[in-house]
Amino acid sequence: MNPRLTLATATRVLQQVRSDHRTLALMIAVPCVLIGLLAWIFNGTPVFDKIGAPLLGVFPFVVMFLITSVATLRERSSGTLERLLSTPLGKGDFLAGYALAFGALAVVQALVATGFAIWVCGLDVAGPRWLLVVVAVTVAVLGTATGLFVSAFARTEFQAVQFMPAFVLPQFLLCGLLVPRDQLPRALELVSGVLPLSYAVDAMRTLTTTVDAAGDVGFDVAIVAAFAVAAIAAGSLTLRRRTP
Amino acid sequence: MMNDQTPAVVVDGLRVFRGSREVLPGISLSVPRGQVVGLLGPNGGGKTTLLRSIVGVQIIAGGTVTVLGEPAGSPGLRSRVGYVTQDASVYADLTVRANLIYFAALAGAPRTDVERIVEVVDLSADIDSRVDRLSGGQRSRVSLAAALVGSPELLVLDEPTVGLDPVLRRDLWTLFRSLADEGTTLLVSSHVMDEATRCDRLLLLRDGRLLADDSPAGLLARTGAPDAEQAFFALIENEGAA
Repeated sequence: MNPRLTLATATRVLQQVRSDHRTLALMIAVPCVLIGLLAWIFNGTPVFDKIGAPLLGVFPFVVMFLITSVATLRERSSGTLERLLSTPLGKGDFLAGYALAFGALAVVQALVATGFAIWVCGLDVAGPRWLLVVVAVTVAVLGTATGLFVSAFARTEFQAVQFMPAFVLPQFLLCGLLVPRDQLPRALELVSGVLPLSYAVDAMRTLTTTVDAAGDVGFDVAIVAAFAVAAIAAGSLTLRRRTP
Repeated sequence: MMNDQTPAVVVDGLRVFRGSREVLPGISLSVPRGQVVGLLGPNGGGKTTLLRSIVGVQIIAGGTVTVLGEPAGSPGLRSRVGYVTQDASVYADLTVRANLIYFAALAGAPRTDVERIVEVVDLSADIDSRVDRLSGGQRSRVSLAAALVGSPELLVLDEPTVGLDPVLRRDLWTLFRSLADEGTTLLVSSHVMDEATRCDRLLLLRDGRLLADDSPAGLLARTGAPDAEQAFFALIENEGAA
Protein backbone atom coordinates (compact mmCIF):
# COMPACT_ATOMS: atom_id res chain seq x y z
CA MET A 1 0.00 0.00 0.00
CA ASN A 2 1.07 3.53 -0.79
CA PRO A 3 -0.36 6.46 1.24
CA ARG A 4 0.00 8.83 -1.71
CA LEU A 5 -2.10 6.61 -3.99
CA THR A 6 -4.66 5.98 -1.22
CA LEU A 7 -5.03 9.72 -0.72
CA ALA A 8 -5.27 10.37 -4.48
CA THR A 9 -8.06 7.80 -4.68
CA ALA A 10 -9.93 9.26 -1.71
CA THR A 11 -9.66 12.74 -3.25
CA ARG A 12 -11.00 11.47 -6.56
CA VAL A 13 -13.96 9.72 -4.88
CA LEU A 14 -14.78 12.87 -2.92
CA GLN A 15 -14.61 14.95 -6.10
CA GLN A 16 -17.12 12.59 -7.69
CA VAL A 17 -19.50 12.91 -4.75
CA ARG A 18 -19.07 16.69 -4.70
CA SER A 19 -20.00 16.91 -8.37
CA ASP A 20 -23.31 15.23 -7.55
CA HIS A 21 -25.05 17.88 -5.45
CA ARG A 22 -28.26 15.95 -5.05
CA THR A 23 -26.56 12.87 -3.60
CA LEU A 24 -24.60 15.06 -1.24
CA ALA A 25 -27.76 16.85 -0.08
CA LEU A 26 -29.59 13.55 0.39
CA MET A 27 -26.73 12.08 2.41
CA ILE A 28 -26.76 14.98 4.85
CA ALA A 29 -30.47 15.85 4.91
CA VAL A 30 -32.21 12.47 4.95
CA PRO A 31 -30.91 11.33 8.37
CA CYS A 32 -31.99 14.70 9.84
CA VAL A 33 -35.46 14.46 8.33
CA LEU A 34 -35.88 10.91 9.68
CA ILE A 35 -34.66 11.89 13.15
CA GLY A 36 -36.99 14.88 13.09
CA LEU A 37 -39.93 12.70 12.07
CA LEU A 38 -39.13 10.23 14.81
CA ALA A 39 -38.97 12.97 17.44
CA TRP A 40 -42.28 14.32 16.20
CA ILE A 41 -44.02 10.92 16.17
CA PHE A 42 -42.99 10.23 19.75
CA ASN A 43 -43.54 13.80 20.90
CA GLY A 44 -44.23 13.92 24.64
CA THR A 45 -43.17 10.30 25.28
CA PRO A 46 -39.80 8.92 26.48
CA VAL A 47 -39.49 6.74 23.35
CA PHE A 48 -37.40 9.18 21.30
CA ASP A 49 -34.74 9.36 24.01
CA LYS A 50 -34.67 5.56 24.03
CA ILE A 51 -34.37 4.82 20.30
CA GLY A 52 -33.03 8.11 18.93
CA ALA A 53 -29.39 7.28 19.56
CA PRO A 54 -29.58 3.69 18.26
CA LEU A 55 -31.13 4.96 15.03
CA LEU A 56 -28.32 7.52 14.71
CA GLY A 57 -26.13 4.42 14.48
CA VAL A 58 -28.30 2.68 11.89
CA PHE A 59 -28.78 5.46 9.30
CA PRO A 60 -25.10 5.92 8.35
CA PHE A 61 -24.79 2.16 7.82
CA VAL A 62 -27.71 2.11 5.38
CA VAL A 63 -26.69 5.25 3.48
CA MET A 64 -23.01 4.38 3.13
CA PHE A 65 -23.80 0.76 2.21
CA LEU A 66 -26.03 1.88 -0.65
CA ILE A 67 -23.76 4.60 -1.99
CA THR A 68 -20.61 2.50 -1.87
CA SER A 69 -22.14 -0.57 -3.44
CA VAL A 70 -23.47 1.44 -6.37
CA ALA A 71 -20.24 3.46 -6.72
CA THR A 72 -18.02 0.36 -6.83
CA LEU A 73 -20.41 -1.43 -9.15
CA ARG A 74 -20.03 1.54 -11.49
CA GLU A 75 -16.25 1.19 -11.29
CA ARG A 76 -16.54 -2.46 -12.21
CA SER A 77 -18.98 -2.01 -15.10
CA SER A 78 -17.43 1.14 -16.61
CA GLY A 79 -14.04 -0.53 -17.00
CA THR A 80 -12.32 1.98 -14.71
CA LEU A 81 -11.63 -0.72 -12.11
CA GLU A 82 -9.86 -2.89 -14.67
CA ARG A 83 -7.87 0.15 -15.75
CA LEU A 84 -6.98 1.08 -12.18
CA LEU A 85 -5.76 -2.45 -11.47
CA SER A 86 -3.46 -2.27 -14.50
CA THR A 87 -1.75 0.77 -12.91
CA PRO A 88 0.55 0.82 -9.85
CA LEU A 89 -2.54 1.33 -7.64
CA GLY A 90 -2.76 -1.47 -5.06
CA LYS A 91 -6.01 -3.18 -4.12
CA GLY A 92 -5.47 -1.93 -0.57
CA ASP A 93 -5.08 1.63 -1.85
CA PHE A 94 -8.35 1.34 -3.76
CA LEU A 95 -10.30 0.01 -0.77
CA ALA A 96 -8.68 2.32 1.76
CA GLY A 97 -9.28 5.27 -0.57
CA TYR A 98 -12.99 4.51 -0.63
CA ALA A 99 -13.13 3.89 3.13
CA LEU A 100 -11.28 7.17 3.76
CA ALA A 101 -13.50 9.22 1.44
CA PHE A 102 -16.78 7.86 2.76
CA GLY A 103 -15.42 7.92 6.32
CA ALA A 104 -14.81 11.67 5.89
CA LEU A 105 -18.34 12.13 4.54
CA ALA A 106 -19.60 10.09 7.48
CA VAL A 107 -17.95 12.49 9.92
CA VAL A 108 -19.90 15.38 8.37
CA GLN A 109 -23.10 13.35 8.25
CA ALA A 110 -22.73 12.19 11.85
CA LEU A 111 -21.93 15.71 13.15
CA VAL A 112 -24.96 17.19 11.40
CA ALA A 113 -27.37 14.37 12.35
CA THR A 114 -26.18 14.19 15.96
CA GLY A 115 -26.26 17.97 16.35
CA PHE A 116 -29.75 18.06 14.88
CA ALA A 117 -30.95 15.29 17.20
CA ILE A 118 -29.51 16.93 20.31
CA TRP A 119 -30.11 20.64 19.76
CA VAL A 120 -33.18 20.69 17.52
CA CYS A 121 -35.03 17.55 18.60
CA GLY A 122 -33.85 17.62 22.21
CA LEU A 123 -32.33 14.13 22.31
CA ASP A 124 -31.10 13.44 25.81
CA VAL A 125 -28.27 10.95 26.33
CA ALA A 126 -26.54 10.06 29.58
CA GLY A 127 -23.09 9.33 28.14
CA PRO A 128 -20.68 11.75 26.42
CA ARG A 129 -22.14 13.16 23.19
CA TRP A 130 -18.94 12.98 21.17
CA LEU A 131 -19.08 9.21 21.50
CA LEU A 132 -22.32 9.27 19.48
CA VAL A 133 -20.29 10.66 16.59
CA VAL A 134 -17.52 8.08 17.06
CA VAL A 135 -20.04 5.22 16.90
CA ALA A 136 -21.83 6.73 13.90
CA VAL A 137 -18.58 7.15 11.93
CA THR A 138 -17.43 3.60 12.74
CA VAL A 139 -20.78 2.26 11.58
CA ALA A 140 -20.53 4.34 8.40
CA VAL A 141 -17.13 2.85 7.60
CA LEU A 142 -18.62 -0.58 8.23
CA GLY A 143 -21.39 0.30 5.74
CA THR A 144 -18.79 1.34 3.17
CA ALA A 145 -16.73 -1.81 3.72
CA THR A 146 -19.78 -4.06 3.44
CA GLY A 147 -20.97 -2.22 0.34
CA LEU A 148 -17.56 -2.68 -1.32
CA PHE A 149 -17.65 -6.40 -0.60
CA VAL A 150 -21.27 -6.99 -1.61
CA SER A 151 -20.97 -5.05 -4.89
CA ALA A 152 -18.80 -7.88 -6.21
CA PHE A 153 -21.88 -10.12 -6.26
CA ALA A 154 -24.10 -7.71 -8.18
CA ARG A 155 -24.12 -7.65 -11.96
CA THR A 156 -26.45 -4.67 -12.29
CA GLU A 157 -27.38 -1.63 -10.27
CA PHE A 158 -30.85 -3.12 -9.76
CA GLN A 159 -29.26 -6.07 -7.99
CA ALA A 160 -26.93 -3.84 -5.98
CA VAL A 161 -29.83 -1.78 -4.66
CA GLN A 162 -31.69 -4.93 -3.62
CA PHE A 163 -28.75 -6.11 -1.56
CA MET A 164 -29.71 -3.30 0.80
CA PRO A 165 -32.92 -4.95 2.06
CA ALA A 166 -31.23 -8.35 1.82
CA PHE A 167 -28.19 -7.43 3.92
CA VAL A 168 -29.39 -4.55 6.04
CA LEU A 169 -33.01 -5.23 7.00
CA PRO A 170 -32.37 -8.61 8.68
CA GLN A 171 -29.68 -6.91 10.77
CA PHE A 172 -32.13 -4.15 11.59
CA LEU A 173 -34.77 -6.68 12.72
CA LEU A 174 -32.30 -8.57 14.89
CA CYS A 175 -30.22 -5.72 16.30
CA GLY A 176 -32.34 -5.31 19.43
CA LEU A 177 -34.29 -2.22 18.47
CA LEU A 178 -37.64 -4.01 18.01
CA VAL A 179 -37.17 -6.70 20.65
CA PRO A 180 -34.24 -6.63 23.10
CA ARG A 181 -31.67 -9.17 21.96
CA ASP A 182 -31.82 -11.21 25.18
CA GLN A 183 -35.57 -11.67 24.67
CA LEU A 184 -35.24 -13.02 21.13
CA PRO A 185 -35.75 -16.75 20.49
CA ARG A 186 -32.46 -18.47 21.32
CA ALA A 187 -31.52 -19.20 17.69
CA LEU A 188 -32.12 -15.59 16.64
CA GLU A 189 -30.24 -14.30 19.65
CA LEU A 190 -27.23 -16.32 18.53
CA VAL A 191 -27.55 -14.98 15.00
CA SER A 192 -27.81 -11.40 16.24
CA GLY A 193 -24.56 -11.98 18.13
CA VAL A 194 -22.62 -12.39 14.89
CA LEU A 195 -24.16 -9.38 13.12
CA PRO A 196 -22.20 -6.12 13.33
CA LEU A 197 -25.20 -3.78 13.55
CA SER A 198 -26.18 -5.41 16.89
CA TYR A 199 -22.98 -4.09 18.46
CA ALA A 200 -23.50 -0.62 17.02
CA VAL A 201 -26.97 -0.51 18.54
CA ASP A 202 -25.66 -1.92 21.84
CA ALA A 203 -23.09 0.88 21.94
CA MET A 204 -25.73 3.54 21.30
CA ARG A 205 -28.02 2.00 23.96
CA THR A 206 -25.23 2.10 26.52
CA LEU A 207 -24.63 5.75 25.65
CA THR A 208 -28.32 6.48 26.13
CA THR A 209 -28.49 5.09 29.66
CA THR A 210 -24.98 5.13 31.17
CA VAL A 211 -23.01 8.18 32.24
CA ASP A 212 -19.66 6.41 32.40
CA ALA A 213 -20.10 4.64 29.07
CA ALA A 214 -16.67 4.92 27.43
CA GLY A 215 -15.42 1.43 28.38
CA ASP A 216 -18.44 -0.55 27.21
CA VAL A 217 -18.90 1.60 24.13
CA GLY A 218 -15.22 1.27 23.26
CA PHE A 219 -15.56 -2.52 23.36
CA ASP A 220 -18.60 -2.47 21.04
CA VAL A 221 -16.95 0.02 18.69
CA ALA A 222 -13.88 -2.22 18.51
CA ILE A 223 -16.11 -5.14 17.46
CA VAL A 224 -17.81 -3.03 14.77
CA ALA A 225 -14.39 -1.86 13.55
CA ALA A 226 -13.19 -5.49 13.43
CA PHE A 227 -16.19 -6.36 11.24
CA ALA A 228 -15.30 -3.42 8.97
CA VAL A 229 -11.70 -4.62 8.65
CA ALA A 230 -12.92 -8.15 7.89
CA ALA A 231 -15.31 -6.82 5.23
CA ILE A 232 -12.47 -4.83 3.61
CA ALA A 233 -10.26 -7.91 3.64
CA ALA A 234 -13.06 -9.95 2.07
CA GLY A 235 -13.62 -7.13 -0.43
CA SER A 236 -9.96 -7.19 -1.47
CA LEU A 237 -10.38 -10.85 -2.40
CA THR A 238 -13.11 -9.85 -4.85
CA LEU A 239 -10.79 -7.41 -6.67
CA ARG A 240 -8.91 -9.40 -9.27
CA ARG A 241 -6.21 -8.00 -11.49
CA ARG A 242 -6.72 -10.90 -13.87
CA THR A 243 -10.22 -11.82 -14.95
CA PRO A 244 -11.53 -14.52 -17.34
CA MET B 1 16.28 1.15 -22.04
CA MET B 2 18.82 -1.58 -21.38
CA ASN B 3 18.60 -3.29 -24.70
CA ASP B 4 16.57 -1.79 -27.49
CA GLN B 5 17.09 -4.88 -29.63
CA THR B 6 14.89 -7.15 -27.52
CA PRO B 7 11.27 -7.03 -28.63
CA ALA B 8 8.80 -5.04 -26.51
CA VAL B 9 6.41 -7.98 -26.43
CA VAL B 10 7.06 -11.69 -26.91
CA VAL B 11 4.06 -14.02 -26.91
CA ASP B 12 4.86 -17.73 -26.96
CA GLY B 13 2.23 -20.45 -27.28
CA LEU B 14 -0.45 -18.34 -25.61
CA ARG B 15 -3.71 -20.19 -24.95
CA VAL B 16 -6.78 -18.46 -23.57
CA PHE B 17 -10.26 -19.78 -22.88
CA ARG B 18 -13.24 -17.51 -22.40
CA GLY B 19 -15.94 -19.68 -20.95
CA SER B 20 -15.59 -23.06 -22.68
CA ARG B 21 -14.47 -21.49 -25.96
CA GLU B 22 -10.77 -21.50 -26.78
CA VAL B 23 -10.28 -17.94 -28.05
CA LEU B 24 -6.52 -18.19 -28.54
CA PRO B 25 -5.40 -21.77 -29.27
CA GLY B 26 -1.63 -21.28 -28.89
CA ILE B 27 -0.46 -18.09 -30.57
CA SER B 28 3.13 -16.85 -30.86
CA LEU B 29 4.28 -13.43 -32.00
CA SER B 30 6.56 -10.56 -31.13
CA VAL B 31 6.26 -6.78 -31.21
CA PRO B 32 9.46 -4.85 -31.97
CA ARG B 33 10.32 -1.76 -29.93
CA GLY B 34 9.65 1.78 -31.07
CA GLN B 35 7.21 0.82 -33.80
CA VAL B 36 3.51 1.19 -34.47
CA VAL B 37 2.20 -2.35 -34.77
CA GLY B 38 -1.32 -2.86 -36.03
CA LEU B 39 -3.37 -5.79 -34.77
CA LEU B 40 -5.98 -6.27 -37.45
CA GLY B 41 -8.76 -8.73 -38.02
CA PRO B 42 -12.51 -9.20 -37.85
CA ASN B 43 -14.51 -8.71 -34.67
CA GLY B 44 -14.54 -11.74 -32.42
CA GLY B 45 -11.16 -12.91 -33.70
CA GLY B 46 -9.39 -12.61 -30.35
CA LYS B 47 -7.83 -9.14 -30.66
CA THR B 48 -9.07 -7.83 -27.32
CA THR B 49 -8.21 -11.09 -25.59
CA LEU B 50 -4.65 -10.91 -26.94
CA LEU B 51 -4.27 -7.28 -25.83
CA ARG B 52 -5.67 -8.09 -22.38
CA SER B 53 -3.15 -10.94 -22.08
CA ILE B 54 -0.31 -8.57 -22.95
CA VAL B 55 -1.49 -6.01 -20.37
CA GLY B 56 -1.77 -8.86 -17.85
CA VAL B 57 -5.44 -8.58 -16.95
CA GLN B 58 -6.49 -11.79 -18.72
CA ILE B 59 -6.42 -15.21 -17.07
CA ILE B 60 -4.45 -17.41 -19.45
CA ALA B 61 -4.53 -21.18 -19.82
CA GLY B 62 -1.02 -21.69 -21.16
CA GLY B 63 2.04 -20.22 -22.82
CA THR B 64 4.04 -17.15 -21.82
CA VAL B 65 3.73 -13.43 -22.44
CA THR B 66 6.86 -11.35 -21.86
CA VAL B 67 6.54 -7.57 -21.88
CA LEU B 68 9.61 -5.28 -21.75
CA GLY B 69 11.60 -8.23 -20.43
CA GLU B 70 9.23 -9.13 -17.61
CA PRO B 71 6.27 -11.53 -17.39
CA ALA B 72 3.07 -9.71 -18.41
CA GLY B 73 1.23 -8.20 -15.48
CA SER B 74 4.33 -7.96 -13.22
CA PRO B 75 4.07 -5.15 -10.65
CA GLY B 76 7.12 -3.48 -12.21
CA LEU B 77 5.31 -3.17 -15.54
CA ARG B 78 2.28 -1.32 -14.24
CA SER B 79 3.88 2.11 -14.63
CA ARG B 80 5.58 1.18 -17.93
CA VAL B 81 2.56 -0.09 -19.86
CA GLY B 82 -0.42 2.08 -20.78
CA TYR B 83 -3.69 0.37 -21.66
CA VAL B 84 -6.68 1.97 -23.34
CA THR B 85 -9.79 -0.20 -23.44
CA GLN B 86 -12.30 -0.08 -26.27
CA ASP B 87 -14.86 1.89 -24.24
CA ALA B 88 -13.62 5.10 -22.65
CA SER B 89 -12.75 3.97 -19.12
CA VAL B 90 -12.55 7.32 -17.35
CA TYR B 91 -14.82 8.96 -14.77
CA ALA B 92 -17.75 10.54 -16.59
CA ASP B 93 -18.74 12.65 -13.58
CA LEU B 94 -15.34 14.35 -13.30
CA THR B 95 -13.71 17.00 -15.46
CA VAL B 96 -11.00 16.13 -17.95
CA ARG B 97 -8.50 17.80 -15.61
CA ALA B 98 -9.63 15.90 -12.50
CA ASN B 99 -9.47 12.60 -14.41
CA LEU B 100 -5.97 13.24 -15.69
CA ILE B 101 -4.66 14.53 -12.35
CA TYR B 102 -5.82 11.26 -10.79
CA PHE B 103 -4.28 9.03 -13.45
CA ALA B 104 -1.08 11.10 -13.36
CA ALA B 105 -0.91 10.54 -9.58
CA LEU B 106 -1.33 6.78 -10.09
CA ALA B 107 1.43 6.73 -12.70
CA GLY B 108 3.69 8.82 -10.48
CA ALA B 109 3.84 11.57 -13.12
CA PRO B 110 4.07 15.26 -12.22
CA ARG B 111 0.90 17.38 -12.47
CA THR B 112 2.50 19.47 -15.19
CA ASP B 113 2.16 16.40 -17.41
CA VAL B 114 -1.59 16.96 -17.44
CA GLU B 115 -1.42 20.27 -19.32
CA ARG B 116 1.09 18.83 -21.77
CA ILE B 117 -0.93 15.69 -22.54
CA VAL B 118 -4.17 17.63 -22.92
CA GLU B 119 -2.45 19.64 -25.60
CA VAL B 120 -1.17 16.47 -27.28
CA VAL B 121 -4.69 15.02 -27.60
CA ASP B 122 -6.10 18.43 -28.53
CA LEU B 123 -8.48 18.84 -25.59
CA SER B 124 -7.10 22.07 -24.12
CA ALA B 125 -10.37 23.90 -24.74
CA ASP B 126 -12.34 21.26 -22.83
CA ILE B 127 -9.99 20.66 -19.92
CA ASP B 128 -12.50 21.90 -17.35
CA SER B 129 -15.54 20.21 -18.90
CA ARG B 130 -17.07 17.17 -17.31
CA VAL B 131 -16.37 14.08 -19.38
CA ASP B 132 -20.07 13.22 -19.70
CA ARG B 133 -20.65 16.53 -21.46
CA LEU B 134 -18.13 15.67 -24.19
CA SER B 135 -18.72 13.95 -27.52
CA GLY B 136 -17.83 10.29 -28.01
CA GLY B 137 -14.66 11.18 -29.89
CA GLN B 138 -13.53 13.59 -27.18
CA ARG B 139 -14.27 11.00 -24.51
CA SER B 140 -12.08 8.39 -26.17
CA ARG B 141 -9.30 10.98 -26.37
CA VAL B 142 -9.63 11.59 -22.62
CA SER B 143 -9.24 7.83 -22.15
CA LEU B 144 -6.15 7.88 -24.37
CA ALA B 145 -4.75 10.87 -22.48
CA ALA B 146 -5.22 8.99 -19.19
CA ALA B 147 -2.86 6.32 -20.55
CA LEU B 148 -0.39 8.88 -21.94
CA VAL B 149 0.27 10.65 -18.63
CA GLY B 150 3.27 8.99 -17.11
CA SER B 151 4.77 8.40 -20.57
CA PRO B 152 4.55 4.58 -20.74
CA GLU B 153 7.12 2.69 -22.81
CA LEU B 154 4.43 0.44 -24.29
CA LEU B 155 0.97 1.66 -25.24
CA VAL B 156 -1.71 -0.96 -25.84
CA LEU B 157 -4.69 0.57 -27.60
CA ASP B 158 -7.87 -1.39 -28.26
CA GLU B 159 -9.72 0.07 -31.27
CA PRO B 160 -8.85 3.67 -30.40
CA THR B 161 -10.23 5.04 -33.68
CA VAL B 162 -13.55 3.22 -33.76
CA GLY B 163 -16.48 5.58 -34.30
CA LEU B 164 -14.27 8.61 -34.95
CA ASP B 165 -14.59 10.90 -37.96
CA PRO B 166 -11.89 10.73 -40.65
CA VAL B 167 -10.12 13.93 -39.58
CA LEU B 168 -9.84 12.77 -36.00
CA ARG B 169 -8.63 9.35 -37.12
CA ARG B 170 -5.92 10.93 -39.22
CA ASP B 171 -4.86 13.16 -36.30
CA LEU B 172 -4.68 10.20 -33.96
CA TRP B 173 -2.52 8.18 -36.33
CA THR B 174 -0.23 11.20 -36.68
CA LEU B 175 -0.02 11.26 -32.88
CA PHE B 176 0.77 7.52 -32.75
CA ARG B 177 3.52 8.05 -35.28
CA SER B 178 5.11 10.89 -33.32
CA LEU B 179 4.97 8.83 -30.11
CA ALA B 180 6.73 5.98 -31.88
CA ASP B 181 9.35 8.41 -33.21
CA GLU B 182 10.06 9.35 -29.59
CA GLY B 183 10.66 5.68 -28.78
CA THR B 184 7.27 4.49 -27.51
CA THR B 185 6.08 1.10 -28.73
CA LEU B 186 2.44 1.09 -29.81
CA LEU B 187 0.23 -1.93 -30.30
CA VAL B 188 -3.00 -0.74 -31.88
CA SER B 189 -5.95 -2.96 -32.73
CA SER B 190 -8.43 -2.10 -35.45
CA HIS B 191 -10.93 -3.80 -37.66
CA VAL B 192 -10.61 -1.03 -40.25
CA MET B 193 -8.21 -2.44 -42.80
CA ASP B 194 -7.31 0.89 -44.42
CA GLU B 195 -5.56 1.86 -41.19
CA ALA B 196 -3.01 -0.86 -41.96
CA THR B 197 -0.93 1.45 -44.14
CA ARG B 198 -0.29 3.64 -41.08
CA CYS B 199 1.55 0.84 -39.29
CA ASP B 200 5.18 -0.26 -39.40
CA ARG B 201 4.13 -3.84 -38.92
CA LEU B 202 0.90 -5.80 -39.17
CA LEU B 203 -0.46 -8.73 -37.25
CA LEU B 204 -3.51 -10.28 -38.90
CA LEU B 205 -5.59 -12.26 -36.46
CA ARG B 206 -8.54 -14.43 -37.37
CA ASP B 207 -10.28 -17.01 -35.18
CA GLY B 208 -7.44 -16.81 -32.70
CA ARG B 209 -4.76 -17.62 -35.23
CA LEU B 210 -2.13 -15.39 -36.75
CA LEU B 211 -2.57 -15.18 -40.54
CA ALA B 212 0.31 -12.77 -41.06
CA ASP B 213 3.12 -11.01 -39.20
CA ASP B 214 4.71 -8.73 -41.77
CA SER B 215 5.31 -5.16 -42.84
CA PRO B 216 2.49 -3.62 -44.92
CA ALA B 217 4.69 -3.66 -48.04
CA GLY B 218 5.79 -7.24 -47.38
CA LEU B 219 2.19 -8.31 -46.97
CA LEU B 220 1.13 -6.79 -50.27
CA ALA B 221 4.13 -8.25 -52.07
CA ARG B 222 3.48 -11.71 -50.64
CA THR B 223 -0.21 -11.78 -51.57
CA GLY B 224 -0.05 -9.65 -54.71
CA ALA B 225 -3.02 -7.72 -53.42
CA PRO B 226 -3.56 -3.98 -54.05
CA ASP B 227 -4.43 -3.13 -50.42
CA ALA B 228 -4.53 -4.60 -46.93
CA GLU B 229 -8.17 -5.60 -47.15
CA GLN B 230 -7.60 -7.58 -50.35
CA ALA B 231 -4.46 -9.09 -48.83
CA PHE B 232 -6.48 -10.23 -45.86
CA PHE B 233 -9.07 -11.90 -48.09
CA ALA B 234 -6.28 -13.52 -50.13
CA LEU B 235 -4.78 -14.97 -46.95
CA ILE B 236 -8.14 -16.34 -45.85
CA GLU B 237 -8.66 -18.01 -49.23
CA ASN B 238 -5.14 -19.47 -49.21
CA GLU B 239 -5.81 -20.89 -45.84
CA GLY B 240 -9.06 -22.46 -47.02
CA ALA B 241 -7.23 -24.05 -49.97
CA ALA B 242 -4.36 -25.40 -47.88
